[in-house]
Amino acid sequence: MKTIKINIVSSSEEIYSGEATMVFATGTLGELGIAPGHTPLLTGLAAGPVRVQNGSDEETFFCSGGFLEVQPDLVTVLSDTAERAESLDESEAIKAKEVAEQELANKDTSIDYAKASAQLAEAVARLKTIQKLRKKQ
Amino acid sequence: MANTKEVRKQIASIKSTQKITSAMEMVAASKMKKTQDTMLEGRPYSLKIKDVISHVALANSEYPHPFYEERKTKKSCFIVVASDKGLCGGLNINLFKQVIAKSAELNQREIDSCFALIGTKASSFFKSVGGEVVAVAEKLGDKPNPDDLIGLTKVVLDMHKNNDIDQVYLCSNIFVNTMTQQPNVEQLIPLAPEEQNEEAPSQWDYIYEPEAKELLDGLLTRYIESLVYQAVIENNACEQAAKMIAMKNATDNAGDLIKELELLYNNVRQAAITQELSEIVGGASAV
Repeated sequence: MKTIKINIVSSSEEIYSGEATMVFATGTLGELGIAPGHTPLLTGLAAGPVRVQNGSDEETFFCSGGFLEVQPDLVTVLSDTAERAESLDESEAIKAKEVAEQELANKDTSIDYAKASAQLAEAVARLKTIQKLRKKQ
Repeated sequence: MANTKEVRKQIASIKSTQKITSAMEMVAASKMKKTQDTMLEGRPYSLKIKDVISHVALANSEYPHPFYEERKTKKSCFIVVASDKGLCGGLNINLFKQVIAKSAELNQREIDSCFALIGTKASSFFKSVGGEVVAVAEKLGDKPNPDDLIGLTKVVLDMHKNNDIDQVYLCSNIFVNTMTQQPNVEQLIPLAPEEQNEEAPSQWDYIYEPEAKELLDGLLTRYIESLVYQAVIENNACEQAAKMIAMKNATDNAGDLIKELELLYNNVRQAAITQELSEIVGGASAV
């Protein structure tokens, strides 16, 4: 029986890697069934199960969204670790900006290159001195 | 002449410092193992998404994505990944040195810089030297969550979308091995196009469900996010390795110091005894 390679990964781990005769997933536009030799396809995944059939064996994984890529001999599922919503991303972005603004409070925005390199040179010199001291002993 | 009590006190204080540094060394060693594991666990995703992206780049897509577009550069953004805690040798300093050098080089070509900072050490450094900071993510801990970086990445990508910035650089340490960490400044956007395979001119394209634009936007955003996340967890492993080495050195130094001080202590003690004896002898002969 013909099989297709399937990899399911999330950003923090590899979830599944193996061969399948048929893969079922929930795309953003509806259910998908992928058999070996499928035409190249790129789609978003909605939260839902991903079923991997190999002969009579079947394994099910839950996927909270992400992307699915199909090549004729390969299926790749890029799963998100958490559900993502535009509004949530937005609030995270605002948070990151706010922290930056707090850090920046009443400070000019141009880099003082002379000061930066002086500070770094001092730190490097200190490290070098420590190394030299060590070598002497 | 130093007195014995002083030297003894000094020895005791160095010994207790040594205890702390050796404990920190052991903590760093065990954390290093964990952070390295996390780094390796994150790899499959970044490899796979890289594969997909390279397929996408090969496909004869109807929608050229702005991340691939070379624009005339007026402003660049540096995403700087540093550690939250110090006591890790020259790890952060060496990275900042490269960032500043790159930024100064761009500055000479009249390209402005702005910074998105990850890690407390990065924000405190740029606080003291200046520079336009657009986003900050701090205190991510030893096992950072990819979700903690979404905000920062989004700020940077939104700026790119609005043409506020034209280039994005990712600056972080690369884990070579326990002894070596390599500071690295890498261009994220525009994405370097993959080398085209000349034998197979791409005639095919994906079926996109739903729209190509929407999908590629999402996918490339995830790609950048995953690169940033990977950099953060790799930098974590670097931090623990560097910390372990730094603490080992500190422990060894303390050992050497103690040895010297003990020698001094014995000298001082012997000198005191000798002096006392000669005083007694001198006193007796005077009587």
